[in-house]
Amino acid sequence: MRLVFVTATTGLIMLVVIFELLRRRQLREKYGALWLVVAAAVLPLAFVPTLLDGFTSVLGIASGLSLFLFLSVVFLFLVSVHLSWESSRLEEETRSLSEEIALLRADVAELQESRERVTTP
Amino acid sequence: MATDERLLTILPAWNEAESIDAVIKEIHQEFPGTDILVVDDCSRDATAAVARSAGAKVVRLPYNLGVGGARRLGYRYAVEHGYDIAVQMDADGQHDPRYIRDMVAALADADLVIGARFAGEGEYRVRGPRQWAMKLLSMALSAIAGTRLTDTTSGFRACRGELIAFYSTNFPVEYLGDTVDTIVQAKRSGYVIKQIPVSMRPRQGGTPSASPAKAMVYLFRSGLALLLALVRR
Repeated sequence: MRLVFVTATTGLIMLVVIFELLRRRQLREKYGALWLVVAAAVLPLAFVPTLLDGFTSVLGIASGLSLFLFLSVVFLFLVSVHLSWESSRLEEETRSLSEEIALLRADVAELQESRERVTTP
Repeated sequence: MATDERLLTILPAWNEAESIDAVIKEIHQEFPGTDILVVDDCSRDATAAVARSAGAKVVRLPYNLGVGGARRLGYRYAVEHGYDIAVQMDADGQHDPRYIRDMVAALADADLVIGARFAGEGEYRVRGPRQWAMKLLSMALSAIAGTRLTDTTSGFRACRGELIAFYSTNFPVEYLGDTVDTIVQAKRSGYVIKQIPVSMRPRQGGTPSASPAKAMVYLFRSGLALLLALVRR
């Protein structure tokens, strides 16, 4: 019973945190939605940890929780790969932006110089 | 050298205020009236101001992008301003601008010319793992390029026409990628690579970017850079 208390509280806290972050517009919707779905899927399991046992015995896995742990590792792995990909892309985007800024500033400086030359002969 | 072709010398610089003035003046002495672009990679010292007063064009990056990033911006500038030939040099005075003439002449039958330090001229020596790494890279890249390349990590290069445009968007910005990957990419896209011997001089200022302690890491990273360069699309 104590176990259920621990897992259920963790699940609820997770849900509240995500919801709060979304509410304050700190998370992009696509990420928020992802984590809300995860929380919603996990929450029943947090209240009834034995929920998956019937299903896993069919698959030949001893306990529902070990299937759950396995799936969460796979899921977290995919999420972190996605984030690395996303940050590589962002890095490339900011890089192009900074190139653009450097070129623009050089152009502006040149224009200013030529204008000064015209106004003060 | 042909006079109607516009030449841009690209000097990526990071905290090179001590040496950049002399480097720019020397290039201007060798080639009066040539355009020099200093890409200031967000230096903390007066590099940009010194370069501007020495008569170079300056673009300043808003934050540090590394030498590969600075070079890519240089090529982009060359494309946007319609240059025919781009020469990339180091801003620390190690590269002798007298060789620019030879390199540009060699561009007549090549798209990319590399100024190589080990090709006979000069006294440049390295030892230990760093030397192995350089050997490994030269062997592999010579095989890929179909010509003998003895100094693949040299930052003294000249290229022309289409290859400038190619580099302005494709120049690899990661460490070592900017030297290794560029050769593989150029070759793959059907460009002709050539090397000519140059001698190196001691640095006029600044500090070397790699210490001997990092040599093993360098070996590992060059292997990785090579591997990635080969499998990349």
